[in-house]
Amino acid sequence: MHKIKSWYSGLKKATKTDFATYLGVILAFLIVFPLQQKGILSRSVSGMLIPLCAYIVMAVSLNLTVGILGELSLGHAGFMSVGAFSGIVTAMSLQSAIPSPAVRLCLAIVVGAVCAGVAGVIVGVPVLRLHGDYLAIVTLAFGEIIRDLITCLLVGYDSRGLHVIFNASGSRTLEDLHLAEGGFAIIKGAQGATGTEKISTFFAGFVLIMLTLIIVLNLVRSRSGRAIMALRDNRIAAESVGINVTKYKLMGFITSAALAGAAGALYGLNYSNLSATKFDFNTSILVLVFVVLGGLGNIWGSIIATAVLYVLPEALRGFADYRMLIYAIVLILVMLATNSDSVRNLYSRLFQRKEAERDA
Amino acid sequence: MPENKRPRTKMVPVPSHSIIPERDADKSPILECSHLGIDFGGLKAVDDFNLTIGRTEIAGLIGPNGAGKTTVFNLLTKVYQPTRGTILLDGMDTAGKTTAQLSRMGIARTFQNIRLFSNLSVEDNVKIGLHNQEQYSMLTGVLRLPKYWRQEKAAHERALELLSIFDMQGMANFKAGSLPYGVQRRLEIVRALATGPSLLLLDEPAAGMNPSETAELMENIIKIRDTFQIAIMLIEHDMNLVMGVCEGICVLNFGQIIAKGTAEEIQANPAVIEAYLGKQKEA
Amino acid sequence: MEFLSYLISGISLGSIYAIIALGYTMVYGIAKMLNFAHGDVIMVGGYVSLLAMSELGAPVWLAVLVSMVVCTVLGIVIEGLAYRPLRQATSLAVLITAIGVSYFLQNAARLVWGPNPRSYSAVISGTLPLFGGQLPISYISIVTVAACIVIMAGLTWFTGNTKMGKAMRAVSEDKGASQLMGINVNRTISITFAIGSALAAVAGVLLCSFTTSLMPTTGSMPGIKAFTAAVFGGIGSIPGAFLGGILLGIIESMAKAYISTQLANAIVFAVLIVVLLVRPTGLLGKYVPEKV
Repeated sequence: MHKIKSWYSGLKKATKTDFATYLGVILAFLIVFPLQQKGILSRSVSGMLIPLCAYIVMAVSLNLTVGILGELSLGHAGFMSVGAFSGIVTAMSLQSAIPSPAVRLCLAIVVGAVCAGVAGVIVGVPVLRLHGDYLAIVTLAFGEIIRDLITCLLVGYDSRGLHVIFNASGSRTLEDLHLAEGGFAIIKGAQGATGTEKISTFFAGFVLIMLTLIIVLNLVRSRSGRAIMALRDNRIAAESVGINVTKYKLMGFITSAALAGAAGALYGLNYSNLSATKFDFNTSILVLVFVVLGGLGNIWGSIIATAVLYVLPEALRGFADYRMLIYAIVLILVMLATNSDSVRNLYSRLFQRKEAERDA
Repeated sequence: MPENKRPRTKMVPVPSHSIIPERDADKSPILECSHLGIDFGGLKAVDDFNLTIGRTEIAGLIGPNGAGKTTVFNLLTKVYQPTRGTILLDGMDTAGKTTAQLSRMGIARTFQNIRLFSNLSVEDNVKIGLHNQEQYSMLTGVLRLPKYWRQEKAAHERALELLSIFDMQGMANFKAGSLPYGVQRRLEIVRALATGPSLLLLDEPAAGMNPSETAELMENIIKIRDTFQIAIMLIEHDMNLVMGVCEGICVLNFGQIIAKGTAEEIQANPAVIEAYLGKQKEA
Repeated sequence: MEFLSYLISGISLGSIYAIIALGYTMVYGIAKMLNFAHGDVIMVGGYVSLLAMSELGAPVWLAVLVSMVVCTVLGIVIEGLAYRPLRQATSLAVLITAIGVSYFLQNAARLVWGPNPRSYSAVISGTLPLFGGQLPISYISIVTVAACIVIMAGLTWFTGNTKMGKAMRAVSEDKGASQLMGINVNRTISITFAIGSALAAVAGVLLCSFTTSLMPTTGSMPGIKAFTAAVFGGIGSIPGAFLGGILLGIIESMAKAYISTQLANAIVFAVLIVVLLVRPTGLLGKYVPEKV
């Protein structure tokens, strides 16, 4: 017992926070899961569990880009979208080859992550050369481009394999896929994916959150994480100590994109109908709000902020109309509170002693 | 008390009209700049800069404000690519290299306006300096393989060892941005040393320091050179420090070298006096 | 002939983007921030003018004036409450606050005026038949382009020749030095926002006349596109905003006509990305190197 105590007190604050984060997520799952299995939770709450897991992963991954790497990405929903639709295509095409839904879900998530990662490379390589506001607007542009491209896709599957048509002119239809007997369409252009078999589970969501935490937290506390944060704090100084700026910016950005893709796959396989327009600028902003309110760079903050802000509107069902308005006001107030000079001075005078010894 | 009466190093001349310490005469110089120059628009910010630095020399680069001293540092570290001239670092031509590549080749620097990673701890700042010394991949870090634990432990110990030069190891967990100014300057030097350079460039290391801090800095610069056996070049305005520690001094004005020599030679050089104080009035 | 028709349509659309872009670029130049809420001020301008005309029966010129006044006040209030306290904050913080203001305006509009689209009849109807009826140009297009040119010329004169205009330029270069020279920085920034918002009102009227419909999210996409136009032309540059806006309108119009309606937006954004990669400061922007 004494050994454990002394080991615990010898740990750095950062490690303790990480442990608490894992523990918190595990506990939350252990409480909610049996409730869900026994059918105690209301239908609406039950229905929110999987999307909530997806959004938590989205928030943590966006925090990697915005909080840890320090680059504002306004197109995160685009990566979620890529992950969702590639995951759906994977899961639906493998229906006969792999009967087990759990295995198909895993494969779909992996494929979603890989495809989103590739998208991350395509977006990241040109974009990360830009700075600040320019980078923000270009990521936003990419998000919109991805959405528009997916609404042009016609994808079907039959015994001969996968058929894909890129319907740029809008004149092609599902007929042009020439699907054989027994084949079916997976993505129908602007309508998106319909008739998807819902194979996502809450347990899978929990596992995905844990994996995301392991990846992000371990990355941050490692040499690569330090390099990424150095880039955020002072790019010129980081270069002067030999850090390859492009390599580490890409590393952070692509990891973030891949995780968003995994979240997208989980999300997409939870709905029988899903259109690409769901993953637009507004979704990107929503996730950004979760990240900012939870604290930039603060992983457990992202989890709690997402959980609260996603669940709360359900609790305030009567105020549904005012929900986004309240979001907006809260967002503005929080930004003013944490950033305006007068508030900062007050804060530092109250907590002056602790300032110097705060752990990084 | 500032020690101005240190035993003088014997300096010997080398081609490119520079002087290096006698003890370095049999080794190849760490830095050779020939006809280095850069233009900004029509302005020749630095022109015909020739300098050779001995392997363990402490060299000084001085001159009035705006003379182009920091520009020279920026050229050496490729923050700017030179328009003309060559830079040989340890005999290797650095043409076309980037700042990060140069760091791996053995140049480290501090900045006139301190550039620390303010949100990270003191120890992490030093560990980033160690980034290229021990290397494990991102995957190793995520999976926490044994190599991660080994190298993190080694980095931790090395960081504390380096911090002890300035007796800063107790501050390892403090946030870098919250440190007092003088301590931040010292941290920047430690971070630069962590990269294992052969040439250390210090840009106004004594700025904002009082005389006793400056005296301590002088001792530390010599201690660093003796411990690590590296060359150090510093830009400074504090003449006590420059004349006290620098073995060879180069004086810059309007982007060109106006004098090169030992402390005594520089102090007596009329062109230098004129650059700093203006022309002597006719008696 | 068809090509000319698309070109003209593109130029009129581009003129609207240019007017909006001017608002973005002026604010960015002086406050170094992306006013994400600008697009939504446009939307408010649209609604106010619509209400003035339909509920109050005001003539067009009065509706536009009322709309300009309301938007100007709105712009000044937003600047004072949400942006001014964050002058020293990071650009990320300001950007997110601006996003918050944008959302606030959209959702407040939704609550006040309902989420359903309303029809907005063009302030000037009718077309001018050119080439014997083969090339009809709507009067609204002509008014739009004319308005854009007048505004551009007016702003260029204003910033070059008036005391306030020069103050605005000074503050964009160096806030601290301007203050030391006795310029009231707060007032200058407020006036910049005021001008930008007044322009937004005009843009709102013209945009709604063009698309003949109005809903709370009307300002969002044109706002984003106009911002990309400002960046495209070189953020902080008034001629840049003009050039960027017109070019973007033409590209969008051509893309819709000749490539694909669905992908028109994607193509516009793709052009932006390509331009920024080749010329990171935009077509007419200045390169300001970082001091090391």
